[in-house]
Amino acid sequence: MDLTYSPEERAFQHEVRAWLRRNVPKREPAGRLEYTDPARIARAKAWQRKLYEAGYLALAWPKDYGGQGADVIRQTIVNEELVAGRAPPINGMLGIQIVGPTLTGFGTEEQKRRHLPRILTGEEIWCQGYSEPGSGSDLASLRTRAEIVGDEFVVSGQKIWTSNAQYADWMFCLVRTDPQAPKHRGISYVLIDMKSPGITVRPLVQMTGDAGFNEVFFDNVRVPRANLVGRLHDGWTVANATLFHERNMLASTTRTQQSLDALLRLAKTQRRSGAPASKDPLVRQRLADLTIRVETMKLEAYRQLTDTLRKRPPGIAASVNKLVTCELNHDLAKAAMEVMGSYGWLSKKDRRARDGGLWPLDYMFSLGLIIGGGTAQIQKNIISERGLGMPREPRPEAPRAAAEAASGGSR
Amino acid sequence: MIDFGLSEEQEALQTSARELLARECTPALVRETAKSADGVPRPLYRRMAELGWTGLLVPEKDGGLGLGVLDLALVLEELGRAAAPGPFLATQLAIAALVRAGTAAQRQAWLPRLASGETFATLAYLEEADRHDAAGVALRARKARGGWQLAGAKLFVLEAPAADVFLVAARTAPRGISLFLVERGLRGVRVTPQETMDLTRRVGELVLRDVVVPRDALVGKEHGGGPLLARLLDLAAVGIAADSYGGAARVIEMAVEYSQVREQFGRKIGSFQAVKHIAAEMVADVAPSRSLVWWAAYAADHRPREAARAAAMAKASLGEIYRRTARRSVEIHGGIGFTWEHDLHLWFKRAHLNELLFGDPPYHRERLATLDGW
Repeated sequence: MDLTYSPEERAFQHEVRAWLRRNVPKREPAGRLEYTDPARIARAKAWQRKLYEAGYLALAWPKDYGGQGADVIRQTIVNEELVAGRAPPINGMLGIQIVGPTLTGFGTEEQKRRHLPRILTGEEIWCQGYSEPGSGSDLASLRTRAEIVGDEFVVSGQKIWTSNAQYADWMFCLVRTDPQAPKHRGISYVLIDMKSPGITVRPLVQMTGDAGFNEVFFDNVRVPRANLVGRLHDGWTVANATLFHERNMLASTTRTQQSLDALLRLAKTQRRSGAPASKDPLVRQRLADLTIRVETMKLEAYRQLTDTLRKRPPGIAASVNKLVTCELNHDLAKAAMEVMGSYGWLSKKDRRARDGGLWPLDYMFSLGLIIGGGTAQIQKNIISERGLGMPREPRPEAPRAAAEAASGGSR
Repeated sequence: MIDFGLSEEQEALQTSARELLARECTPALVRETAKSADGVPRPLYRRMAELGWTGLLVPEKDGGLGLGVLDLALVLEELGRAAAPGPFLATQLAIAALVRAGTAAQRQAWLPRLASGETFATLAYLEEADRHDAAGVALRARKARGGWQLAGAKLFVLEAPAADVFLVAARTAPRGISLFLVERGLRGVRVTPQETMDLTRRVGELVLRDVVVPRDALVGKEHGGGPLLARLLDLAAVGIAADSYGGAARVIEMAVEYSQVREQFGRKIGSFQAVKHIAAEMVADVAPSRSLVWWAAYAADHRPREAARAAAMAKASLGEIYRRTARRSVEIHGGIGFTWEHDLHLWFKRAHLNELLFGDPPYHRERLATLDGW
């Protein structure tokens, strides 16, 4: 065990820190909220571009695809410095954290060369076409059809809860290509240009009041066959890889650490009964408990990073990370609301709201992430079944997707 | 280069400890030891000494393995997994004190004996005030002819019934404490076992009635024992945290195994989501906490400025996690888990004692808050 950076790594760390001190945009809120504001999207894109040009984005990606060909330790250093420097979020995260690794694993050479560099520069913002009105936790029951006509897929159907679809350039999408096959074996994974004719995006307002996600309708949308990722009808394999990367993205300790830092700052300035909240014995207990939970997940991330470097299989770690970290983010926001006392009621529209009203929003937003990306309950199924080898819930004879659709697909 | 993982040697040490204890520290042995007077399974302790575990922290020049706190934590994790009885950790605290602050003569006199697995020691610091710091030490030591005279009482002394020698924290100045080695056989020393719910560890009361110890019984600086005591308590906290991680991992295994055998409603109970989700929550609670234990153990040797904070975090967290996990395991077992006959209560009770030993979670959380300057 060795938890010290080498002299070269320390030099790199100083370089990153100095660069961030000069370049982090001022007065940009730290949360990843309110993405429907076009000005904010433009600023986030510009910030991503800046990070990319400085060479601080996706360091571990190969140089051929726009990365730095560096090791994951340098990526970790950058992540740590982004937290410490209170850098705002970028909006190409989905592309970097999910699409990139998925294409690296399953994409064709042409797909990698076309998309990976543009994901980094922010020219391509991605969204995820997974959930449908009838297919949430039972994702494999999805019914958006793709018929093969010549060398094209013709896609018809509907996706839902699609974050950022209103401004995304591309979607990675699960479609049913073989309705006769058992439901997991008739799905394909395709990349869809969001400017294609036949796509309608309708925003859905979340409980936060923000239209962060959408319904996406496909009416005979033509997608080149070259946009298939992995083998035809074998999209479930690719989807699982993507889901794994998604769990890891949602479990990022970067955001959690930023939240904790902000909570501690709040507790030191917010007064309760005439003294800083951080002097209240019960608040101190609460803050200490949250600190320990955040530190634990950070250390666990280092342990998993080491496992990766040692080429050990991750097992169900991503599910544990997702389950624990999302719950933790929600608890951090809840604690902030408590620390604020009556000020905890105030929304961002009120001039007396603390921290720009970020906490009540984050309290709601973080609940959404407990559900999104595979609900907490689905993660628990994965942990117990794949991790502990506990028996699956007995299921009725696996119905064909087509029969299920005909019977209304009510499951 | 960041490398937050065990070395091959460490993994081998842990595997061999797990295998040995699975064979030689069975629940039957734990129960049998519970009936003994001093709570020491002696053949097992001789075996542990042969393997070098007892002298793990002792430098090679003093005849030990010269390993670190992380290595010790791995052995303690396995002892916790087996709910192993006896004064292993208690003796390690005295060994650590001697390794860090003992004179050459003291090390020579004591380390081989304490590493032999036949002589045991412990740290006696708590008193009626129940404070886990130097300020709680009232037992007095005064200079007397040829040495020191100690008078007072210690409570909740871990493994007191088995200890041959006590490392006693005593007040030697209004603002200073000192640590003394007090042999059990000295005139005026009285040890009375205290009754607890746990069957795997012992605690006791130590009364010193004007006990005279020689000058060289003083370990470390006169009046300057506070920092040494604090370091020993941090080590103890890390040790109990490691033990708790091991125990928690074991009670998960027991629950999962049982859920694969027990049938209700014509199905293995492990196929019900109600049961699976409890099991998954146990895993989500326990699995990441291993990293916290490793960090606290690593910091004890390599990050002196962060060691206290890491120890406080580990002790606060693992205490609660172990207790919560043991409780969930009992629930998955149902009625059988509530019986004396089933072994699970050995871990359930140890979890409770572990949570309180060397400071309960609220104490350590407050310590963290203070260390972080809130």
